[in-house]
Amino acid sequence: MHKEKISEDRKKYLRKILIKKFSVIATQICILILFILLWEILANKEIIDSFITSKPSEILETFINLSSNDLWLHLRVTCMETIIGFSVGILLGSFIAIMLWWSDFLSKVAEPFLVVLNSLPKVALGPIIIVWVGAGTKAIIVMAVAISLVVTVMEILNGFIETDKEKIKMAQTFNCSKLQLLTKIVIPANISTFINSLKINIGLSLVGVITGEFLVSKAGLGYLIVYGGQVFKLDLVMTGVIILALVSTVLYGSVLLLEKLILKSHKFGN
Amino acid sequence: MTPLIINKNILKIDKFIGGIVLKKILKLENISKIYQAKNGEVEALKNVSFDVKQGEIVSIIGPSGCGKSTLLSIITGLEEKSAGKLYIDGEESIGRTDKIGYMLQKDSLLEWRTIYKNVILGLEIKKIKTPENEEYAKELLRKYHLYEFKDKYPSQLSGGMRQRVALIRTLAIKPKILLLDEAFSALDYQTRISVTKDIYTILKNENVTVLMVTHDISESISMSDRVIVLTGRPATVKKIYNIEFDIKDKDPLKVRESPKFSSYFDSIWKELDVNA
Ligand SMILES: Nc1ncnc2c1ncn2[C@@H]1O[C@H](COP(=O)(O)OP(=O)(O)OP(=O)(O)O)[C@@H](O)[C@H]1O
Ligand SMILES: [Mg+2]
Repeated sequence: MHKEKISEDRKKYLRKILIKKFSVIATQICILILFILLWEILANKEIIDSFITSKPSEILETFINLSSNDLWLHLRVTCMETIIGFSVGILLGSFIAIMLWWSDFLSKVAEPFLVVLNSLPKVALGPIIIVWVGAGTKAIIVMAVAISLVVTVMEILNGFIETDKEKIKMAQTFNCSKLQLLTKIVIPANISTFINSLKINIGLSLVGVITGEFLVSKAGLGYLIVYGGQVFKLDLVMTGVIILALVSTVLYGSVLLLEKLILKSHKFGN
Repeated sequence: MTPLIINKNILKIDKFIGGIVLKKILKLENISKIYQAKNGEVEALKNVSFDVKQGEIVSIIGPSGCGKSTLLSIITGLEEKSAGKLYIDGEESIGRTDKIGYMLQKDSLLEWRTIYKNVILGLEIKKIKTPENEEYAKELLRKYHLYEFKDKYPSQLSGGMRQRVALIRTLAIKPKILLLDEAFSALDYQTRISVTKDIYTILKNENVTVLMVTHDISESISMSDRVIVLTGRPATVKKIYNIEFDIKDKDPLKVRESPKFSSYFDSIWKELDVNA
């Protein structure tokens, strides 16, 4: 009897949560549909100028046409550049962070440079990068790395430095070497730091790639958007932006998936 | 009966009780320590001398900040001494040594490792993860009722259990001397009393030599054979108490009820109070 009563309450509670969740999602979808409808109707009635704002039906048309043209190429180029920039940023950033953690002297020396580089708007480096590595894919990847690298280094280094002092002391009571300290304590203790910097990095890499494409490219979503703007084809620009939003969502989602895999192999209690 | 331990160097033999020769396994001679810090020098230890014999449990007690942790760090070689001599197992010890196990206040179990993996951390670090040593670690877990938790994670264990796991992690490397730095003070009172008893049993069973730092006078009396009282900073040895109860099979809980216990307590309390 007693048990049944509790489960009745529990059911009610669960139902309440479900309803709440459902109504949030429903409202979100409604807002989106309403927005698109309003946009379409206002453009059709010429209350807003569709030359400047474009309109959903045109965007859809462009989208369909693009798929038969070079959409896949642009998409592939941007994704490839982002993934390469992201990987290089993470690997190089982790490597530098490890070096700086290893040598106190090195990190003291590097500190002011890191601070300045961190606050410098990396876009300003664009022309220099182009002159140095040429106006091509390489420049775009370097741009992506330039934007994400310093943040990665600082994030990981900070995590390393904040590693529980008691754990470090405990390892030292067993006379551990610096390398053992790194592999047995500091790196495993900073898995969540790594995951965090993956999350930050994927977004920053995409920013770097699009910035790079604005500056130099002949393909990619950034190119598509800039090109659309130059020839006043706003539907092209809008399509580019929407695809970019989807791309960034998918990339972030993949990082979340990666996080799940990493946490699974690095299991925590509970 | 335990057989007579015959020492290579007869000069080190120092105490003789009922056919068992106890040798000085740890000997400190005028150990001093002055820390060099940015805002000046800190004198932490001044001419500290004492010794610990095989199988003894010795407590160090003293006002807070007097230099107790510093003393233990010097014995393990984590800190350099400024002056004096240190002998471990008959040899002068300079720098880091593998003969000592050091257990800190916090258990510092690694939450990403299972209990068993935590226990063999020391073996991994010291590169002595042999089948014999692993078997010994398992045996310790079995003996002290933690074997069934070996594949669990630290967060699934209670504070008292975690502390026992931390002790087994230290014992697994088979140290000649075990140093405990307020190893139980992070536990709540109830757990602490029962863990103290458990750990006393483990220490006596495994016949380890122990030098422990504590804030707790009762703990020092109930667990140890001798209590060393230190002065305030810079620490020097103020007085050494030999703790003797007429009870066979000393039990840290039962001992607390003995009238001798309170007389020891009072004299140590007074000794410390003068410093405060
Ligand atoms: N690395 C260091 N550099 C400078 N001074 C230090 C250092 N480590 C400890 N000290 C100082 O040395 C003195 C003794 O410290 P220690 O930690 O050994 O004392 P303690 O008796 O263990 O204290 P507590 O009772 O708080 O555990 C303190 O005054 C402390 O501030
Ligand atoms: Mg201390």
